[in-house]
Amino acid sequence: MAELALRMAFSLAQITVVMGVIMLTIMVLTLAERKVLGWMQDRMGPMEVGPYGILQPVADGLKLFFKEDIVPAGANRFLFSLAPILALVAALIGFAVVPFGPDTTIELFGIQFKPFIISDINIGILYILAFTSIGAYGVILGGWASNSKYSLLGGLRSAAQVISYELNVGLAIVGVLLLAGSLSLVKITQAQAGWFWNWYVFAPPFPQLLAFVVYVISAVAETNRVPFDLPEAESELVAGFFTEYSGMRFAFFFIAEYANMILVSCIAAALFLGGWNAPYPGTALARMGFVQFAWVENVVWFAAKVYFFLFLFFWLRATLPRLRYDQLMRFGWKVMLPIALGNILVTAIAAYLFPR
Amino acid sequence: MAGSEQLLDYLGRYFPVLLFIGIALAFGVVTLVLSYFVQPKYPESEKLSTYECGSEPFSDARMPFPVRYYIFAMLFVIFDIEVIFLYPWAVTFFKIGLVGLIEMLIFIALFVVAYVYAWKKGALEWD
Repeated sequence: MAELALRMAFSLAQITVVMGVIMLTIMVLTLAERKVLGWMQDRMGPMEVGPYGILQPVADGLKLFFKEDIVPAGANRFLFSLAPILALVAALIGFAVVPFGPDTTIELFGIQFKPFIISDINIGILYILAFTSIGAYGVILGGWASNSKYSLLGGLRSAAQVISYELNVGLAIVGVLLLAGSLSLVKITQAQAGWFWNWYVFAPPFPQLLAFVVYVISAVAETNRVPFDLPEAESELVAGFFTEYSGMRFAFFFIAEYANMILVSCIAAALFLGGWNAPYPGTALARMGFVQFAWVENVVWFAAKVYFFLFLFFWLRATLPRLRYDQLMRFGWKVMLPIALGNILVTAIAAYLFPR
Repeated sequence: MAGSEQLLDYLGRYFPVLLFIGIALAFGVVTLVLSYFVQPKYPESEKLSTYECGSEPFSDARMPFPVRYYIFAMLFVIFDIEVIFLYPWAVTFFKIGLVGLIEMLIFIALFVVAYVYAWKKGALEWD
C-alpha cells in the first residue's frame, strides 16, 4: 500500500514538474517568437515590460486572466466554454508519453522510478495521434458555438486542414515504426543510440529523410502555423475560430497552439533525430567520469533538438507568405500523401532486403 | 497469478496517463473558475453582438457551407483507417517476413486504387 502511495506521489510530482516546464516554455516561446520575428525584420521586439521586455509574457498572462470573458449573444454557452478546455487538454496530455531524458532508474525509499519518463506505454505514438485529434473538436466546436460567421468558417477550414495533414503525419511515421518495431517512444529513442547516423532521419538501410520532411511540413500545417495559418488568416477571417473569444478562454486556445508546437517538436526529435541521444555514442560527461550526471547531457540534447524545431516555426513565419486554401489542400492530398506512401513502400522493401 | 501481475503492470503504466489527463482537465477548469471571480462584468447589447466588421450582424451565423468539407472528411475517415491498419504491420515487420511484405504490398495497391479513383473523380480538387 505504501508502495502504491509512493508511486502515486512520484507520478504526481513528475506531472506537476512537466506541466510547469511546459507552461514556462510557452511563456518563453511567446516572447521568443516576437523577439525573433522582430530581429529578423530589423526591429527590437517587445522592450517595455522589464529589462529587454523579458517580463512581457507575465504581463500578457496577467492581463488575460483579469479580462472580461465575453460570451456573444446567441452563442451556445456550454460548447463555447467547453471548446477551449478541450483544445487545451488535448494539447497537454500528449506529453504523458514523451521521454524527456534517458530511461535511467533511480531508487527512492526502496522503490524504482524512472525520473524522465512519466509513462512508457507500448502504444505511445497511437495515444498521441488519438488525443491530438481531439484538439480538432475544440477548434470546430469553438467556431460553431460562437455564432459568428468568421468563427464558423475558420473552424471549418481548420478542421478540414487538420484532418488532411494528420493523414500525412500518420503515413510519414510508419517508416520509423517499421525500422524500430515499436510504437513506444522510449523504445524508438533507444533504437537510435550510438552515432548520429543511427538517427532514423539518416539511418540505413533507408534514411527517413523524405518522411522527416513530410512530417515537419505536416506538423506545421497541423498546428495551424504560418504558412498554413489559413484558419486564422487575419485579412480574410479576422482571427478565425477564436474571433469571439476573450480573456482566459482566448488564452487557452493560445496555450493550446503553443503546447501543440512543443509536442510535435518533441515527437519529431524523438522519432527522427534520436530523442535524448547525443550525436556520439554515450555521453561526454559519463566518459569524463561523471556517470551520475550523464542525464544532464541527455536532457540538454533533447531540449536542443526541440528548440531547433521551435526556432524553425518562427523562421518559417518570418520567411514565407500564406498559401491559398486550394493550394493547401492540393499540396496535402496530391503531393505529400504520395510521397509518404512511396516512402513506406521503399522503406519496407529496403528493410526486407537489408535487415539490420 | 501471472494474470493479476500483468494487470497490475498494465495499470501501473496507464495510471500516470490517467492522472495527467485529470490534472490537465483540473488546470483548465480551475483557471477558468478563478478568472471568473476576478474579472469585471459589464455586459451590453452592443458588446455582446458578434463581430461583423462594425456593421449590424445579419442573418444566422450557422449558415450552409460547401459540401467539399464533407467529401474531405469522408476521404479522411477512409484513408485514416487504412493507415491505422499499417501500424500493426509496421511494428511486426521483421517477425512476419516475406508473406507480410507481399500482403502489405497488395493492401497498399488497394489503397492506391482508391486514391487514384478519388483523384480521377475530382474529389481532391478544391474550387
